[in-house]
Amino acid sequence: MAEVKLDTSRCKGCFLCAKVCPKGVFVPSKELGPKGFGMIEVDKTKQCIGCGSCFKMCPDYCIEIVEE
Amino acid sequence: MEFRIPKDIDLTQQASWCPGCGHGIICHVIAEAAKELGVSDRIVTVDDVACGQFAQYALKYNSIMGAHGRVVVTAAGVKRARPDALVIARPGDGSAYSIGIESTLYCGLRNENILNIVVNNSVFGMTGGQMSPTSLVGMKTATSPKGRDPKKNGTPVDISKLMTGTDMAYLARCAVNSPANIEKTKQCIKKALQKQMNGEGYCLVEILSMCPTNWGLSPEAACDYIKDTQSVAFPLGEFIDREGGIK
Repeated sequence: MAEVKLDTSRCKGCFLCAKVCPKGVFVPSKELGPKGFGMIEVDKTKQCIGCGSCFKMCPDYCIEIVEE
Repeated sequence: MEFRIPKDIDLTQQASWCPGCGHGIICHVIAEAAKELGVSDRIVTVDDVACGQFAQYALKYNSIMGAHGRVVVTAAGVKRARPDALVIARPGDGSAYSIGIESTLYCGLRNENILNIVVNNSVFGMTGGQMSPTSLVGMKTATSPKGRDPKKNGTPVDISKLMTGTDMAYLARCAVNSPANIEKTKQCIKKALQKQMNGEGYCLVEILSMCPTNWGLSPEAACDYIKDTQSVAFPLGEFIDREGGIK
């Protein structure tokens, strides 16, 4: 199965990953990032299927998908 | 299947694009295309003075900052001086279709062997969202608060109609508003780079890109704006695909 590796220090909170994820893996974080932007976090109850849509869509290179 | 950030992307620093800007996606696509073709060490980019200039903080390629609107001819000069390099000019629509329209057109007429990637977000992004040559009819911008009026401002530039009289090798329009369109964009850039390697001539790939800040939309709504409005006015597809060769 696939796992999302998230670098939240680069996240600017555009939530495009949440828009394109077919499984709803991404949810907005309640915390702000180091630059004051909103952030995304992974909902651990949802299983990533490794389609790579979020990887392609992220404009700030926060997301990698690795095999578990 | 694993998805790793290409090594050509510089993760030690961060470009200061707004949240949801398409420029970051386009740099990612260029890096992926170069990686798949195995030509990363041959790429030279010529970045424009605009939001696109921040690509210098995202991509590790050799790059030149061209004068506004002159990046395409600067890229043509680089190619003539270094024929072994794969040269990519990266203007925006405000640069390539207004102050730089003569460079965009004449490089096509001379069939310069370069790739011109025009990022079309329908506004002058960096200077505050003023009306650009590709602002849509009725589109509200900083300098057209009541919407673009074709009687006063003319109609938007559609490069697919302007360039069809030239001998250029390749002309396509893509978008980065969805994973499927991003994949198609990568295929177009790979095809154009391959044509440059074959010496076929001038390639222009226009990419419809989000500008949530100056469109006054959320990043998600900006993607939908491209799908529902911008790509209706500027249809996606390949318009010229010929083995031109350098005459």
